[in-house]
Amino acid sequence: MPSQKPLLEVDHLLIRAGAEGPLAVNDLSFTVAPGEIVALVGESGSGKTMAARAAIGLLPLPMEVCGGAIRFEGQDLNQLSCAQLRGIRGARIGMVFQEPMVSLNPAIRIGEQMAEGLRLHTDLDKAQIRQRCVDMLTRIGITDPERCLSAYPHEFSGGMRQRIMLASVMLLRPALLIADEPTTALDCLAQLDVIELMLELTREQGTAILFISHDLSLVARYAHKVVVMRHGQAVEQGSINHILLAPQHAYTRQLLEALPKRGELAALPATDKPLVEITGVSIEHPGQARFWGQAQPKRAVHSANLCIAAGETLALVGGSGSGKTTLGRALVGLVKPCSGEIRFKGIDILKAGQRDHRLQCQMIFQDPYSSLDPRMRIGETLAEPLRHLPELSEEQKRQRVATTLVDIGLSEAFMERFPHQLSGGQRQRVAIGRALVRHPQLVIADEPISALDMTIQKQILELFERLQAQYGFACLFISHDLAAVERIAHRVAVMHQGHIVEIGSREAVFDNPLHPYTRQLLAAASPLEQLASGGYRLRPKPENLQPTP
Amino acid sequence: MTVSLLSVNATPARRPLRWPPANALIGGTLLVLLISMALVGVFWTPYDPLKIDLLSRLKAPSALHWLGTDEFGRDVLSRLIIGARTSLWISLLTVCLALFFGSVIGMLAGYLRGWTDRLLMMINDALLAFPGILMALGLMAIIGASQYGIVLALSIAYTPSVVRVVRGSVLSLREREFIEASRVIGNSEFYTLYRHIAPNCVAPLCVLATSMFGWTLLSESALSFLGLGVPPPAATWGNMLAASRPYIANATWLGLFPGLFIALALVAINLFGDALRDRLDPRMSR
Repeated sequence: MPSQKPLLEVDHLLIRAGAEGPLAVNDLSFTVAPGEIVALVGESGSGKTMAARAAIGLLPLPMEVCGGAIRFEGQDLNQLSCAQLRGIRGARIGMVFQEPMVSLNPAIRIGEQMAEGLRLHTDLDKAQIRQRCVDMLTRIGITDPERCLSAYPHEFSGGMRQRIMLASVMLLRPALLIADEPTTALDCLAQLDVIELMLELTREQGTAILFISHDLSLVARYAHKVVVMRHGQAVEQGSINHILLAPQHAYTRQLLEALPKRGELAALPATDKPLVEITGVSIEHPGQARFWGQAQPKRAVHSANLCIAAGETLALVGGSGSGKTTLGRALVGLVKPCSGEIRFKGIDILKAGQRDHRLQCQMIFQDPYSSLDPRMRIGETLAEPLRHLPELSEEQKRQRVATTLVDIGLSEAFMERFPHQLSGGQRQRVAIGRALVRHPQLVIADEPISALDMTIQKQILELFERLQAQYGFACLFISHDLAAVERIAHRVAVMHQGHIVEIGSREAVFDNPLHPYTRQLLAAASPLEQLASGGYRLRPKPENLQPTP
Repeated sequence: MTVSLLSVNATPARRPLRWPPANALIGGTLLVLLISMALVGVFWTPYDPLKIDLLSRLKAPSALHWLGTDEFGRDVLSRLIIGARTSLWISLLTVCLALFFGSVIGMLAGYLRGWTDRLLMMINDALLAFPGILMALGLMAIIGASQYGIVLALSIAYTPSVVRVVRGSVLSLREREFIEASRVIGNSEFYTLYRHIAPNCVAPLCVLATSMFGWTLLSESALSFLGLGVPPPAATWGNMLAASRPYIANATWLGLFPGLFIALALVAINLFGDALRDRLDPRMSR
């Protein structure tokens, strides 16, 4: 570790929302040495993004620095004029944002966006700039850089866009790269890809990284130093090994404990008849409607075979675009398969007598911010599924809603609230409550925790397990988060490009993966394990997990 | 970040009773005044608004005629009071009709998609290509000049823009997960449309409806200007404004007061519409 003068020095930083507002960052101090990777870890609202944005002078409006200093290469950034700050931004400090889908301007070609920084901060002429861009794109593994330069952002996937974003930032050879949750929106393979690339590029150029994340296991794998933040304060900081092995602060331990671990599972009731049988199901997305006719349909699922036993949790794992969500949606009848059949309790769900299937089969959606009607009170939302149970009296329905509220860990007071008054975790609880209020036998959970913070994820998973033990529903758990899957699934099915490539018990899939794609997925994850001493370390990877090219 | 922080701490404590926001207060008061003026006009006006008195033509405002008299010696104030009823009634009816038909067509097009959508939007876009006033003109020529002719013509002219707005909202709403959740629950398409999609279209419609109210008041005067409005001697703010044109140089009050009332009505309805939108949005009201 290089130990000369620090590159960035944050010294007793105070950030307030407005002059009288609450403190977003409270007395934060840390340093970043040249070439070092420092991670800021904490939940949403802990002030980690604000601290990083202050370092580049980009605080959103009500926020202002009201005390302390941020020194970059010895200069206090707060004393600099706007023009001087602009000279540092981009050229000396680069930033990569969280959402690759929106951080590139959709109306400007990639080439122009990449050249923008070089034009501002260097004296290179057009041809030289173009050459640099082409070199960089080749460097990040883009096969046809010339074509890429004249392409628009929408022509690339999320992972590719994040690579391009990274390339255009690193083109200027900054001394410090601020990466604000750069991979949170990506699936685990793309995540690994982008991070590895980021490390390679920064290593070549000796750039330091200020890495902001809520994912401790990711940080553990790559960072040299960690600053754990909570409510705007740094509760603990030190080298990564030190913090993992001997976490001092209760909150750090809480974060570490929130990481899902392989747990004991409830024993399954012995039945030989599966609840759901999926045989040879293929699903096509209709092509884009053109002015006359339609484009070619796109096949999302290729003759999938699955069965789910009563009370069992089957995890469906795969990267984005693997067709796992489509298969889940077909199970609740939101999309129709073009061939094959889905039997629920032995009855084809596409044939008559769907009522039982409709009532018994519910879905939990990914995004708790868009899965609740913003104009309905929580009580109404929870009561809505009961409309279809005419056998219940009004009084019984009211009772059912009340018990469901208790089940999902919310108080009666929430009945009258609107979704916007709830936090993400509380909303997801309501979404779970809405799915369970009819006591279904099958619940399809489509990435139910991927939009939530680590500690909230743990709470939601615990809630889910408790409710499953209580009501005994079967569950199809769709996720790309292998750690969560390892914790709650009885069996795991792996999907890749519309095919189910591997299916087996949790132990079999995690300990002895057969398909190369499963191995790749497992290699991309970085699980932590607890040591006997109470500390944590990265779980060493078994030999057979090395990705086969 | 801060947003999530705030929402965690948000407690729905009952808000103590306090003054309604300024826009609701001002807009509401103005609106009540204008409506009561229209209602008073049904029973009483200072003078007979239709009585011609050629001896007192084009008199400036005085103690006898507060707002002066027009070219036939009719009392301007009386005509304004009588005209309030006609003008407001025409605008209200037009806006309601356009909103109703526009919403129904827009929702069907946005929710059903496919051929229904394409066909409806093709017709709609064709209608939208005509300027509203030109369409109304053509329709008036067919229907003939009368109070309800204007209502019909203007509401047909304004329906396409409502369709556009509603369809746009529905298109973005139907992709949201709570709509899918409603289907998974087993709700019928119609119930989903009515219970989940329609209430979420209210905000843009409120804004559109208030500006449409203004356009109607103005269009009615424009139609009168072209001789296709409510036929004289009946008074509306629009045809009063139109009739004042030849005398604008030496009888300013003739145009000034109807114009002033149209402007007041617009201010009132816009403020009130904003307040209504905020009130109907659960995110704003608490």
